[in-house]
Amino acid sequence: MRAAVLPILTVVGIIFVLWYAAAVWLNAPWAYDKATRSGADMHFTALVEDTWSQEKPKLPAPHQVGAELWKTTVEKKITSKRSLIYHSWITLSATLLGFLLGTGLGVLLAIGIVFNRTMDMSVMPWVIASQTIPILAIAPMIIVVLNAVGISGLLPKAMISMYLSFFPVVVGMVKGLRSPDQMQLDQMRTWHASASQTFWKLRLPASMPYFFTSLKIGMAASLVGAIVGELPTGAVAGLGARLLAGSYYGQTIQIWSALIMAAALAAAMVGLIGAVQRVTLKRMGMA
Amino acid sequence: MIGWIGFAILAWFAGMLVNSWLARDPGVQWRRLAAPIVFGATMIAAWEGIVRGFDISEVLLPAPSVIAATFAASLDILWVDFVQTVIKGALSGYLIGCGAAFLIAVAIDRYPFLQRGLLPVGNFVAALPIIGMAPILVMWFGFDWQSKAAVVVVMVFFPMLVNTVQGLQDTGAMQRDLMRTYAASYWQTLFKLRLPAAMPFIFNGLKIGTTLALIGAIVAEFFGSPVKGMGFRISTSVGQLALDLVWAEIVVAAIAGSTFYGVMALIEKSVTFWHPSQRT
Repeated sequence: MRAAVLPILTVVGIIFVLWYAAAVWLNAPWAYDKATRSGADMHFTALVEDTWSQEKPKLPAPHQVGAELWKTTVEKKITSKRSLIYHSWITLSATLLGFLLGTGLGVLLAIGIVFNRTMDMSVMPWVIASQTIPILAIAPMIIVVLNAVGISGLLPKAMISMYLSFFPVVVGMVKGLRSPDQMQLDQMRTWHASASQTFWKLRLPASMPYFFTSLKIGMAASLVGAIVGELPTGAVAGLGARLLAGSYYGQTIQIWSALIMAAALAAAMVGLIGAVQRVTLKRMGMA
Repeated sequence: MIGWIGFAILAWFAGMLVNSWLARDPGVQWRRLAAPIVFGATMIAAWEGIVRGFDISEVLLPAPSVIAATFAASLDILWVDFVQTVIKGALSGYLIGCGAAFLIAVAIDRYPFLQRGLLPVGNFVAALPIIGMAPILVMWFGFDWQSKAAVVVVMVFFPMLVNTVQGLQDTGAMQRDLMRTYAASYWQTLFKLRLPAAMPFIFNGLKIGTTLALIGAIVAEFFGSPVKGMGFRISTSVGQLALDLVWAEIVVAAIAGSTFYGVMALIEKSVTFWHPSQRT
């Protein structure tokens, strides 16, 4: 792990250099335009300085996004509508609720599929096929329909998150619960273990590595679901709303800071699951 | 009214009965195929019965028969949207994104230092909500299909990159040594050994990309588009409460998504016929 630190830092450094260079390149036309109108001469240093500090740049430089992030997270009160933490919390709460519901349902369905051959044969092909369908397309419809029934706020967004995190969990858990091989199952039979004993003592522990892997995929998917779920409600609150409002008013710095925040949330959540996974698997003697 | 609810319940139990009979002998090929079809038909019949039986408003959930009628009646709109979103947006972006990721992966593969740094970063980026880039790219490339293609390029790029880089590492030291004893050049080793060995990974990336491409193209249209396209039609029809048209678009999206995936899986089967996962 230690050996990878330097290469990772190099790659991240290259990304930053490219980002700054692209900011100069993309923002230059506007800078030149301004210069010719005011009749000023444009040196290279002046050009770079201008392209890295525009109000509404095509591509904001990293330090501008950083400043905006600092301003909207640390300097604003958490209850303020301009605080990014407030918006992140709204998105995160929908994500977590949807993730919990989706995981619970997914595990239940996976258990059903593993223990019931009829369900396996009739439902499983549909679960796999549904992975190839762009499910996210129905997000606006779910929001509007649930609104019409009188359900609004957190739950519609959580429903979309649930829907998106549900399938990876089913597929992963079915694989995991089936991962004990014939030898191990035979061993349980020689001990005269009942079906529930086989499940609790063999199948469930054996499925844990698969479970955590699908949790990570499901968490990333449910964050995407919550963000997209915020789009059709007309940009009220949440990170998706910040994205949409930013794109309406050309506030590129706001869009980028919402984007970085979403990325940080995803990284934190997936990292958290990864940490739980390491501790759990270590205590179970699997890692 | 009661009749329709009865129909739904009857259809449900009939379907389950047929399926548990089918499941009694899972070794037979046609039974494996028939079970999901029967299940799907059962679901649709129950849906139809429940919607009609409980008189659910068309604004909430249209019956399958209504959706089918709308589908048949608005084939021209659906075709225009399909061309705009799938052919122009998703497909062109998919080709550019996967092609670029493949070439960059091959280039980076020559520098183990960069490669070691790129894999964790690429894996990290692949887990991020990249779809959020959509409003920025719509701003850069305008409302038409170019911006949708750009979103698709960004979305499919990292999964493809990570998979290709991983695949190129998938040859054993023994195999590479053998190539060296043949005095094979770098390019000969690449084309004759490492690329074929990487194919299962590359196709994994390509298959993940198919779904991402469609999602990217459709969601990018929520941020602004010309007056055609599947994402545009879905968001405006939802606003007009024309849910039957929304469902028709979703049917198109589902068919396009599974066909796209199926085609890639078929190509994979013919290219990586030697791999254990393809042998039956």
